[in-house]
Amino acid sequence: MRVELRNITKRFGPVAANKGVNLTIEPGEVLGLLGENGAGKSTLMNVLCGLYSPSEGEIVIDGNTVEFDGPGDAIRAGIGMVHQHFMLVPVFTVAENVVLGVEPVGRADHLDLATARAEVERLSEDYGLAVDPDAIIETLPVGVQQRVEIIKVLYRAADVLILDEPTAVLTPQEVDEFFQIVRSLCDAGKAIVFITHKLNEILDISDRIAVIRRGEIVGSGDPKKLTRPELAEMMVGHPVDFEVARAPFAPGGVILDVKGLTVLRSDGAVAVDDLSLQVRSGEIVGIAGVQGNGQSALIEALAGLTRPVSGQVLFDGQDITFASPRERHRMGIAHIPEDRQRAGLIGTFSVAENMVLDSYYGPPYAGGASIDWARVHTEAADIAEQFDVRTPSVRSDAAHLSGGNQQKLIVARELSRDTRFVIAGQPTRGLDVGSIAYIHSRLVAARDEGDGLLIVSSELDEIMAVSDRILVMFKGRIVAEYAPHETPVDKATIGLAMAGAAA
Amino acid sequence: MTVLLDKARQRQTRVTGVILISIALLLALFLAPDATGNATFRLSRPNDTWPVPNLVVPGGAFIYVVSAFTAFLGVRLFLRGGAKWAPLILGVGLAVAVAAFLVWATAGKSFSLTGMLQASLVRAVPIALGGLAGVLSERVAVVNIGIEGMLLAGAFTGALVGSLAGGLAGLAAAVAVGGVFGFALAALVVTYRMDQIIAGVFINLFVLGVTSYVSSQVFQEYRALNNAPVFRAIEIPILSDLPVIGPVFFNQNIFVYGAFILAALATYYLFHTRYGLRARAVGEHPRAADTLGINVYRTRYVNVTIAGMVAGFGGAWFTLGSVGRFDEGMTGGRGFIGLAAMIFGRWHPVGALLAALVFGFADSLQQKLALLGTPIPSEFLAMAPYIATIVVVAGVVGRARAPAADGKPYVKE
Repeated sequence: MRVELRNITKRFGPVAANKGVNLTIEPGEVLGLLGENGAGKSTLMNVLCGLYSPSEGEIVIDGNTVEFDGPGDAIRAGIGMVHQHFMLVPVFTVAENVVLGVEPVGRADHLDLATARAEVERLSEDYGLAVDPDAIIETLPVGVQQRVEIIKVLYRAADVLILDEPTAVLTPQEVDEFFQIVRSLCDAGKAIVFITHKLNEILDISDRIAVIRRGEIVGSGDPKKLTRPELAEMMVGHPVDFEVARAPFAPGGVILDVKGLTVLRSDGAVAVDDLSLQVRSGEIVGIAGVQGNGQSALIEALAGLTRPVSGQVLFDGQDITFASPRERHRMGIAHIPEDRQRAGLIGTFSVAENMVLDSYYGPPYAGGASIDWARVHTEAADIAEQFDVRTPSVRSDAAHLSGGNQQKLIVARELSRDTRFVIAGQPTRGLDVGSIAYIHSRLVAARDEGDGLLIVSSELDEIMAVSDRILVMFKGRIVAEYAPHETPVDKATIGLAMAGAAA
Repeated sequence: MTVLLDKARQRQTRVTGVILISIALLLALFLAPDATGNATFRLSRPNDTWPVPNLVVPGGAFIYVVSAFTAFLGVRLFLRGGAKWAPLILGVGLAVAVAAFLVWATAGKSFSLTGMLQASLVRAVPIALGGLAGVLSERVAVVNIGIEGMLLAGAFTGALVGSLAGGLAGLAAAVAVGGVFGFALAALVVTYRMDQIIAGVFINLFVLGVTSYVSSQVFQEYRALNNAPVFRAIEIPILSDLPVIGPVFFNQNIFVYGAFILAALATYYLFHTRYGLRARAVGEHPRAADTLGINVYRTRYVNVTIAGMVAGFGGAWFTLGSVGRFDEGMTGGRGFIGLAAMIFGRWHPVGALLAALVFGFADSLQQKLALLGTPIPSEFLAMAPYIATIVVVAGVVGRARAPAADGKPYVKE
C-alpha cells in the first residue's frame, strides 16, 4: 500500500502546525520523520491516522483520494499508529486491549475472548513479538507494552505503521530489539513511518529520511549519505555545536552525602531502596535509568518534598534529611524539578512572579508585609535577559512561553543566585536542540564555578554529555557507577546496567 | 526494606487486633451480664408448608462464647500478624459481634428472624439500584452524585403517573424520567464539561425543589394524584415454600427481583460483551478508546442515561413498591448510600448488590431493635446504617480502585 500526503496544511486557529506538506510512504520501507518537539511531526501523523482532519490538502492511498472522519476510518483504510504515550488500558489484559474496538463476538454480543487470545498468539508468532495474551498490561514492562501496541495495529490489518517517538521509553537494549521488530515488519511488506528527534536512531533504522521544521518539510535524503551535523542543521535551521566547553575536572570536597536513603511512593511501595551516593563540589553526577526506577522519589526527597522513611542526607556535613524546602533553598541548594508545568512554575503567574517564587518573601523584594513589585519587575527583566528567556515582557503569563523558554525561566530562577548545589530532574525534556545546548552550558558553568550537581535524566545521551560521573539507578538502587574521564564507557554498557543486568 | 513495609502493615494488623479485643471486652463486660434468659428467633410462620422450629439461644452464654471467639481472633491478629487476612477477620469479628448484639436485644423475648431478613432485602433495593446506577455511570468515568435526585424523581413520577394511569404506567414513567435526568447529566458533563459534582448536586437540588413544591402545593389539594397502587409480592411456586429462604428471596415484589436481575444483566453487559468492554475502556483510558474509533461521548451518554433509568426504577420502589404515596424528600439519602455501596462493592454490580444487602440489614436491624425496646435511644439506632457505611467504606474496603478516568471530562484534541 502506497500512501501519499499531498499539500497537507493543518491550522489550529491562526497557527499553522503543518504547511503544504508533501510526503510519500512506500511499502517495505522505513521512512524516518525527523523534527524537533513542536515541529509538527505528531500533528502531521495525527492527520494521517484520522485524529485531525486537514485544513487543506488530501491523502491519497494507492491512487484514490480518501477522507477520514475519525480514527476508525483510518484504521479501516489500513493505517495504524503507535502513539508515543501508549494507548493501552492498564487494567485490561493484552488480548482485551488488542481487540478493543473490533472485538470478535458471539451470540448476545458475547465477547469471544478465546478467539482474541488465539489471534494474539498467531500475530506474536508470525512477527516474533513474544507476549502473553492473558497478562494485565500494567504488570508488563514498557518494552512489552510496546509490542502489544504493535500487535494491536497488526490485528487491525494495518499496512502502514506510524511509530511516534517509539524509543523514548526504552533502554538501549530494548531499542536494539525494537529495531529488529521494525525490520521484520518491513520485510513483511509493511510501510513504517518512524518519528523521532534522535539523530542516531534515524540514521540507524531509516531507508529514507524527511526532516520537518516549523510545519514544513525542509529536506529529505538517503541516510547513507547524510551525516549527523547535516541532519541537525536541517532540523534546527542553523549549525549546532554538540560539545559543551568545560573546565578540567577538579572536584573539591564532598558536598552532598546520602546515606542509606529509603523513600516510599504514596502507595507504600519502595521507590528508593537503601540508596547511598556522594557528590563533590565542582562535579556533575548524572543518574541514568529507565523512568520509574525511583529517580523522581530520590529528587523529591533531596529537594525536601518527600520525607524519607530511613537514611540520612548530609549537606556540607550538616543533616538536612528533614529540612524544609525553604531551609534547603537558603543553604544554597537549587532544584530544577522534573515536570516544569506541574512543579516548576505557575502558568497563570507572570514571568516576573515566577522568577521570585523562591525569594519574594524577603529582601530585596519584600519589606514587612508588602512586595516591592517595581523592584521585582526590574530584577526579573535583568535575570530574564541574562538567561536568554525570550518573553514579550516579564508581565506575560509563564504559560504563554515556549517549553524551552519556560525551562530557561526555571533555570534562571534557580541559578541566578549564589548556589552551592543543584538538583536537576530531566532538565531538557521536550526541548529544542538550541535550548538543550544552552541549559547544558548553564549547568556546566555552575559546575565550573564549584557547585556540585546531581542530574537525573532518562536521556542517556544527555547524561553522557554533561556528567563527570555516571550512576545507574535500577529499582530504587544504584547498580553501577562509571567515571568516563578515567575510563571511557559506551552506551551499550550503561544500557545493560539500566536494564538491571549489573544487579 | 521489606522489613519497613511489613512494619507498616503489621501496625495496621495490630490496630485491627486491638479493635477486635475491645469489641470482645465490650460484649463480655456490658452485654453478656445484661442478657438474661433465652433469645428466641422465629424462623417460620405458623402455617408454613415446611415449618422449622424456632432458634433458641441462651443469651448470656452465647455472648460469652462470641466474646471469647472475637478476643481469640483479636489476640491472634495482634500477636501473629497475618496482614493478608486482617480485613476478612475483621469482617467475621464484626458479623459475630452484631449477632451477639441481636441476641442481647432479644434475650428473654422472641422475634421473627425471617421477617427481619425479608425486610433487609426490601430495604436494600433502593440502595442496590442506586449503587448499580453508580457503577454504570462511573464505569464510563462519570461521577454520578445525582443518583439521589434521580431516585427522588423516580419516586415522584411513579406516584403521580401511577395514580393516574396505574402501576405499570407509573413504573414506565419513573424509568423514563430517570433516563431523562441521566441524559441531562450526560449533556451537562460530557458536552458542556460542567464539573461532575456540581452537575450532580444541581440535579439533586432541582429534583428536591420541584417535587417538594408539587407535593406540598398540588398533592395536598388533589389527593387523588398521590394515591398510587402498590406492586404486590409475587410468590414463586414451590421455591417460596422453602423455610427461611422462601419468604426472604422468593416472595417479594418486582423491585426486589428487578434489583437481582439488573445486577446480573449489568455484570454480563460490563464484563462479557463487546459494548461493556468498550464502556470500561472509556472509563479507564478514554483517549485510547478514541484512537481505536470508539465514540467516547456517545458511550458516556448511553451509559449514564441507562444509569438514570436504573435509578428511576429504584426510585419507583419508594412509592409503587412500598407506600403508594409520595412524601417530600422520601429517599432520605439512599442514593448516597448507594454510592457507598458502589465503592464497597468495588465498582462491580454484584459487589454493589452485596454491599447494599449489608446496608439494608443495618437499616432493618435498627428498625427491629427499636421494636424490641432496647434501652438504646432510637436516634442512635437510626444512625446504624450510616455508621455501617462509614465503617465499611473507611475500614473494610481496603484499597479499592476506581476507574482511572473517573470524574475527568474527556476533551477531544
